[in-house]
Amino acid sequence: MATAPGLRERLHGLLAEETQRLIVDLDDVGFLDSTALGVLVGALKRARGEGGDVRIVCTQPRVRKVFEITRLDSAFDLFDTVDEAVRGAQE
Amino acid sequence: MHRSKGRAGMGDHIELDVPARPEFLAMVRAIVTLIAETGSKLPVPRIDDLRLAVTEAFANAIDAERRKPDGDRRPVVVRCELEPDYVAVEVHDEGGGFDPAALTPHPDVTKPARLQFERGLGIPLMRELTDELEFRHEGGGTTVRLVLTSHLRS
Repeated sequence: MATAPGLRERLHGLLAEETQRLIVDLDDVGFLDSTALGVLVGALKRARGEGGDVRIVCTQPRVRKVFEITRLDSAFDLFDTVDEAVRGAQE
Repeated sequence: MHRSKGRAGMGDHIELDVPARPEFLAMVRAIVTLIAETGSKLPVPRIDDLRLAVTEAFANAIDAERRKPDGDRRPVVVRCELEPDYVAVEVHDEGGGFDPAALTPHPDVTKPARLQFERGLGIPLMRELTDELEFRHEGGGTTVRLVLTSHLRS
């Protein structure tokens, strides 16, 4: 919750200036709550609205579980590595 | 912080009064985790579930307090009850209360309309993570009671 505004600003900044295709690597994230998840949903909505996508790299069971129990694992594409996410993004 | 020994067989109780500000969220998460690790035998995955559930409850309490003018905000009260196989955490705010039954369920995640909802994920998460979840209208606000047992949920 405390870091979510910074995350929102960064993701939306990238979507505004750089690209509509983002890969968010959560592997060094120890903890993900619903506020952060909401920011990712907002970024996904914006990217898809402009023909892009947000792909998530996430192998930590603790973090992946949050996607699973909110069932947002079927809204996002989750990948094990950045390479796989990049390849997925090119398909 | 108050720490009091309950009556015999009633387990330990620890209570914290925490300023209703986001910068205290990580602290609450860490302290409640440590309290549960110290005072119960909950397995690690259940401690992980508790950490997230408490985060969601405290975040909602902060939001409720922050809807009031600055001078009216009260600390959020976090109470832990500890038994070997059972941890209950109550999070109380004086933020006016709400009706959990009135929450609109989100559209199914496979529908594009789901992406309209960036908020409102906290209560569904708490439901999944806890063995019991209760909302009580108390005082001038809400008490959320989270109960987690050693029983592993799938």
